[in-house]
Amino acid sequence: MMSTAGIGGFIIIGLMALVTLLTRYGGVLIMSFIPINRRVESFINAMSGSVLIAILVPIAAEGDLGARLALVATAVVMLVVKKPMVAISAGIFVAAAIRWLV
Amino acid sequence: MSQYKVPELTFAGMRQGFWRLLPLSLFVIAFGLAYGLAAIQAGLSGTETVIMSMLVFAGTAQFAAVDLWGAQIPIVPLLLTTFAINARHLLMGASLYPWLRQVPARKRYGILVLMSDANWAMTLNDFNNGKTNLGLLLGGGIALWLTWLAGTVLGMTVGSGITNPEAFGVDMVLGCFMLSMALGGRKNPRILTAWLVGGLSAYAAYLWLPENSHVVAGALGGGLVGAIWLEEPRK
Repeated sequence: MMSTAGIGGFIIIGLMALVTLLTRYGGVLIMSFIPINRRVESFINAMSGSVLIAILVPIAAEGDLGARLALVATAVVMLVVKKPMVAISAGIFVAAAIRWLV
Repeated sequence: MSQYKVPELTFAGMRQGFWRLLPLSLFVIAFGLAYGLAAIQAGLSGTETVIMSMLVFAGTAQFAAVDLWGAQIPIVPLLLTTFAINARHLLMGASLYPWLRQVPARKRYGILVLMSDANWAMTLNDFNNGKTNLGLLLGGGIALWLTWLAGTVLGMTVGSGITNPEAFGVDMVLGCFMLSMALGGRKNPRILTAWLVGGLSAYAAYLWLPENSHVVAGALGGGLVGAIWLEEPRK
């Protein structure tokens, strides 16, 4: 346990910032020690899209009806119109509308 | 060996990146507002609230910290949680490595300070499409950072009027953004298989592994598909 009184709070925030910076640097730093070949490239490139999908999983699995339909709306609009801002706005609008209705 | 174009960093490119991310930043302001409000209510001082947004610049981790905040804080669990939530940055950075390795180390690590979900995803999509404007990562990061701060300050001062940001769909910003980025990228049977395996791994981790491990599990699952099913060499 650590006290947040006085300078304590700032020390805690500083430590959090340091840990976060380490994660921002770490991936690139680690990769610089791994020899890049076709298999490693192929791993990275399949991994990067999977990060996006993995972030979505809890939202899709545990979200309320508004959250799920927001994702559906985003997907449909994105595939048809192909403009991210339009797709995101549609998703948020649907989430807000469903929650207002239900 | 496939070819990756050297990304270039120019002021014009940064400006372009700034403006491309700014519309999205309207949603970031709403996020920041919710954080600023929550932080003040949890007992952080105004200075602490703003400094955390300036230095940590990672919304979900900041919300987690606010949750744990009190007169005494369990510091090790807090830092472990921060690391677990932000571990996705490791994978995001690694995914940009084939391009970033060609940039001088000082520039590379200077820009990474502002790498966040939105500017990373847009940059990766552009890089994959052969557009190598590194200013998108930096300029976009500046747009996100400034609006994150603006939202934080707004939440501290006038946020008390908004009690449930969910009613406005604000909690869905990141999810909808990630989905639109995924669907805007390249799609082929290999990538779709990686997504499927990655998604299932993430779900399994979400159900059975410690909290916040789902992103790492999903990324490794999808990456494994890539390591086995090799990509066609790039032209």
